[in-house]
Amino acid sequence: MRAQRFQDALFHQTTRFFAFSVLAILVAILGSLLYGAWPAIKEFGFGFPFSAEWNPVTDKFGGLISVYGTLSTSVIALVVAIPVSFGIAVFLTELCPPVLRSPLGVAVELLAAVPSIIYGMWGLFVFAPLFADYVQPALSATLGNIPFVGTLFQGPKNGIGVLSAGLILAVMVIPFIASVMRDVFEVVPGILKESAYGLGATTWEVVWNVVLPYTRVGVIGGVMLGLGRALGETMAVTFVIGNAHRISPSLYEAGNSIASTLANEFAEAASDLHVASLIALGLILFFVTFVVLALSKLLLMRLGRMEGEKT
Amino acid sequence: MIDSSALYRKRKRTNQLALVMSMLAMGIGMGFLAWILIVLLYKGVGALSLSLFTQPTPAPGSEGGLSNAILGSAMMVGSATFIATPIGILAGVYLSEYGRKGWLAPATRFINDILLSAPSIVIGVFIYTVYVAQVQHFSGWAGSLALTLIAIPVVVRTTENMLNLVPASLREAAAALGAPRWKVVLHVVLRAAKAGVLTGILLALARVSGETAPLLFTALNNQFTSLDLNGPMANLPVVIFQFAMSPYENWNSLAWGGAVIITFGVLCLNIVVRTLFRKKI
Repeated sequence: MRAQRFQDALFHQTTRFFAFSVLAILVAILGSLLYGAWPAIKEFGFGFPFSAEWNPVTDKFGGLISVYGTLSTSVIALVVAIPVSFGIAVFLTELCPPVLRSPLGVAVELLAAVPSIIYGMWGLFVFAPLFADYVQPALSATLGNIPFVGTLFQGPKNGIGVLSAGLILAVMVIPFIASVMRDVFEVVPGILKESAYGLGATTWEVVWNVVLPYTRVGVIGGVMLGLGRALGETMAVTFVIGNAHRISPSLYEAGNSIASTLANEFAEAASDLHVASLIALGLILFFVTFVVLALSKLLLMRLGRMEGEKT
Repeated sequence: MIDSSALYRKRKRTNQLALVMSMLAMGIGMGFLAWILIVLLYKGVGALSLSLFTQPTPAPGSEGGLSNAILGSAMMVGSATFIATPIGILAGVYLSEYGRKGWLAPATRFINDILLSAPSIVIGVFIYTVYVAQVQHFSGWAGSLALTLIAIPVVVRTTENMLNLVPASLREAAAALGAPRWKVVLHVVLRAAKAGVLTGILLALARVSGETAPLLFTALNNQFTSLDLNGPMANLPVVIFQFAMSPYENWNSLAWGGAVIITFGVLCLNIVVRTLFRKKI
């Protein structure tokens, strides 16, 4: 009996230790990044994310260009991905014949399983040339003439740059947002939808006026998850963003995101300050995605609790 | 009356428009998947040959294959899965079996879900600062450690979900027979959820096989066949990256060949896992 109690306690503590180690990983990542970035933080202070200078020769570094690249590509990705994901989720939950529901759901998830380097190769060698030949001139000719907004769509039409990177990111985050939306749409109690249908509402009216308000929190959570994914995506962006360290008013110009800067320069960084600055960029990226993903998780948990209360 | 029929028509039109847009969205999603797969087949299948698996990476312009990269990838992915599996399963067991009370389980669950989506390149930077920078050289072990950190959250998540599906009556029955808790968990609960836990491991395997970013500055690359995890090691994703970006034609075609191997491997794993265990995930 004594031996058994000891074995039980041992097993409990072992599993506890490994659960704790997951927490420890997070703390270790934050701690080591902070430690590695310290020389850069000491040298450049808290102005680091707001300085556009990035010059390995003179050892002057600032993160603005990379931060701008990361944010702008992610925003483009979300603007494109949100409506498409919403459409996919509506299709899968309301329109799709039950036989096709499962295979199509798996197919959407496969889009998320394709390794990001494949998106990069496809983006650079297949998507970019077509984009340059057909889409960019068309966008320039139409959206490019609108005052103020127009400058965004003028520039070299070679298919590489911030806009292309954003669009490829959109394809990559669609499956994540769509599957969260589908999951939260499925928790809407059937009785709510049926009452609306009973009152004569159309499918679209049910989706827009019943399903969406009910699941709003979860939908935002899904979008945040997509944002978190888009911010940290590395290889696909590295292939198509052009890797030029500058900010320009045009979305057609090449740029650089935090992740692509790290991918390109980390292994070859010469000076200690260069390495520290790159780690500081990594710290910024980790911190921002952490906040975004935590927010997403909290929103989805709130929806889960709401569901729990009602049933 | 005229008004109401106009309103009815408008509602019907809006509805139809919305439903067509929704189908279009689905079409866009499937279209991109099909487009990527077709491009891969078109460009990559020509590069597939036996020498791809038997010869190491060549110099620009000469004949060769990807054998060293495939071997390196297999070693790193294999060891990463091997290390991540027990850690992930035990942590998942804690969340599911002992996670009712206390602060640790909710906190771990929360952090684990965040690590699941954390940028993989940052994991690479982390391993670089704590390992590569300390020992002063790139190595296969560093790459494998980075992949381990990416695999653990996947295993934890699925293990917990799968164990939660095991009916409580099974645990109670075992406990009533006098089995101690650890025996209940190891011999009854885990055995009942065996298939599901295996799913998690396969999903983790699929996830890390395609990871490139964390290997760029941990395992780096190696032109030669190497079995030494302690030195720089060739691996498929990084070789694909370098070869695809290079100006040499034979390197480009090898990159497409590697891309086909990796994508179809990963997708097959995913399809098998998801169709076999569809209801449980």
